[in-house]
Amino acid sequence: MNKTLNNKAWFLVLPVLVLVAFSAVIPLMTVVNYSVQDTFGNNQFFWAGLEWFQEMLHEDRMWNALQRQLLFSAIILAIEVPLGVIVALNMPKSGIWSSFCLVVMSLPLLIPWNVVGTIWQIFGRVDIGLLGHTLAAMGIDYNYTQNVVDAWVTIIVMDVWHWTSLVALLAFAGLKSIPDAYYQAARIDQASRWKVFRYIELPKMSGVLMIAVLLRFMDSFMIYTEPFVVTGGGPGNATTLLSIDLVKMALGQFDLGPAAAFSLMYFLVILAISWVFYTVMTNLDKKGM
Amino acid sequence: MAWMAWTWPTAIFFMVIAALLAIFTILAIKFPETPRRGVLRIETTRGDRLFITLLGSAFINLAWLGIMGPGTQPWALAVCLAYAAAVFRWV
Repeated sequence: MNKTLNNKAWFLVLPVLVLVAFSAVIPLMTVVNYSVQDTFGNNQFFWAGLEWFQEMLHEDRMWNALQRQLLFSAIILAIEVPLGVIVALNMPKSGIWSSFCLVVMSLPLLIPWNVVGTIWQIFGRVDIGLLGHTLAAMGIDYNYTQNVVDAWVTIIVMDVWHWTSLVALLAFAGLKSIPDAYYQAARIDQASRWKVFRYIELPKMSGVLMIAVLLRFMDSFMIYTEPFVVTGGGPGNATTLLSIDLVKMALGQFDLGPAAAFSLMYFLVILAISWVFYTVMTNLDKKGM
Repeated sequence: MAWMAWTWPTAIFFMVIAALLAIFTILAIKFPETPRRGVLRIETTRGDRLFITLLGSAFINLAWLGIMGPGTQPWALAVCLAYAAAVFRWV
């Protein structure tokens, strides 16, 4: 039997294309245009060629921000993914407590980023914040506005508090999809708890965990609001992550050319890493994992 | 369109990319293909290979600019062409 091919359905994606063009493609094209020009405002532009790219490539400021960003993403992934899995493994699988846990786990995800930042900014303050005050009362010298390690610990703990739930919920969904037959077979074989996790739960969760890693990596790599509200990029530049530095450059200093070159390189790194993740994910799917 | 601060070089850059996308779309319709596995051990179509080429070319150009300076940038394009040929042959 011959299949009827009708490509008119492609027109159905037209609204999305128009929306993406307006919200992403045209602004991105404008950034490319800015990156090769200089401006002093008033919508007057002067050709600068590759000058901004060359300047940014030799700028310690960008490389330092990139290093901090990679470190931040690596730390939060190393904490959130295992922690999320542990939480999911310990959640009740059914009944009212399961629903209760799901609601509680979703709560941090519902809070807007700037509110999370404000909560932690106050929470960590030594004079009025519960955390800062308690630590001071215990004799621990903690001050996220002056101490680099304290600032880093604060923004990492904040991110873990905000986003571990996402990993846990995804891992929980992965665990719920495992048929009982697998566990019954494991019981017949007298498999240990570790072996059940290693050979049944982990492989079955690998798909959703990959999505969790991808989502958390991309989000943490583009993070702006929460650390900005808590530390403002300080003390010094200690928590100035890529997007904080970019905003400082583009809006604070109005260096549109260098900021455009910076953001294009930032975009390329994100694009490359997303592609690697996407390729790995789709290949895992094809292998049936 | 003045607010977008267009220049001829950036306009040509986007026109080339748009033309490449159009050509590859027509190729995909006229000559449907099955994905293949190359040196990266992943399944790729012509479109995937074009994406790998364009993304890699961006990094090649940046690396060239960072290491060699702006005077010899056209040579980076020559490297990109060799890279593109390699991607389409072996990936």
